[in-house]
Amino acid sequence: MLHTVNKSPFEKNSLRTCLRLAKRGSDILLIQDAVYAALSATEWTEMMMDAVNEHRIYVLEPDLAARGLSRDRLIQGVKTVGYDGFVELACRNDPVQSWL
Amino acid sequence: MGTVKKFLYLNRTAPYGSIYAQEGLEVALIGAAFDQEVSMAFVDDGVFQIKAGQDSSGTGMKNFSPTYRALGDYEVTRLYVEKESLEQRGLTVEDLMPLTYEDEEDDYKEKPSIRIVDSTELADILARQDVIFNY
Repeated sequence: MLHTVNKSPFEKNSLRTCLRLAKRGSDILLIQDAVYAALSATEWTEMMMDAVNEHRIYVLEPDLAARGLSRDRLIQGVKTVGYDGFVELACRNDPVQSWL
Repeated sequence: MGTVKKFLYLNRTAPYGSIYAQEGLEVALIGAAFDQEVSMAFVDDGVFQIKAGQDSSGTGMKNFSPTYRALGDYEVTRLYVEKESLEQRGLTVEDLMPLTYEDEEDDYKEKPSIRIVDSTELADILARQDVIFNY
């Protein structure tokens, strides 16, 4: 199953709820303002490091670049994908849940 | 010209995820053009608005971050950034755009517009305003 999250964890609880309800081994893709969750050294880093061990966590690269964030700022184990990777994840998974 | 009021634009939203950040910046510039005393504050995800190195070309959205550099020319020379919000996000002042203004009272020397303030200082700044706009 694929979960996408598009809200900043600093502003909404979408990511927390996603992680609570995602089964082990899920694909989780962070897009739009949710890419901030993948930053290291924030108050969400610890939760995300646990999530990286339980799931495959992806971040949409163009959304990172738009926000001035580079890969070296990300938590280890988080993978970056482009729009092609987003499409591939959506095709590979059924169902797809969007946490808004 | 009537009384000059102290306007503060309080920015609490990240850029690109919603239109608030871009609208807030545009309205701040409009307010400044009407010769009001305008300052801006960046709190919570608002601090991400002035992150350096934004490149939205891959998303089809406009990168409006260079517009923050125009604030100094409109005499918006006080950009308050809350220290606590930066720290929660693993950011330091070095991660922010180097926004400056030319101080006409000091031989047009280029000076930094960004002022890092803690929440106690920001509380005082808010209390001193005539009007606060929220974005």
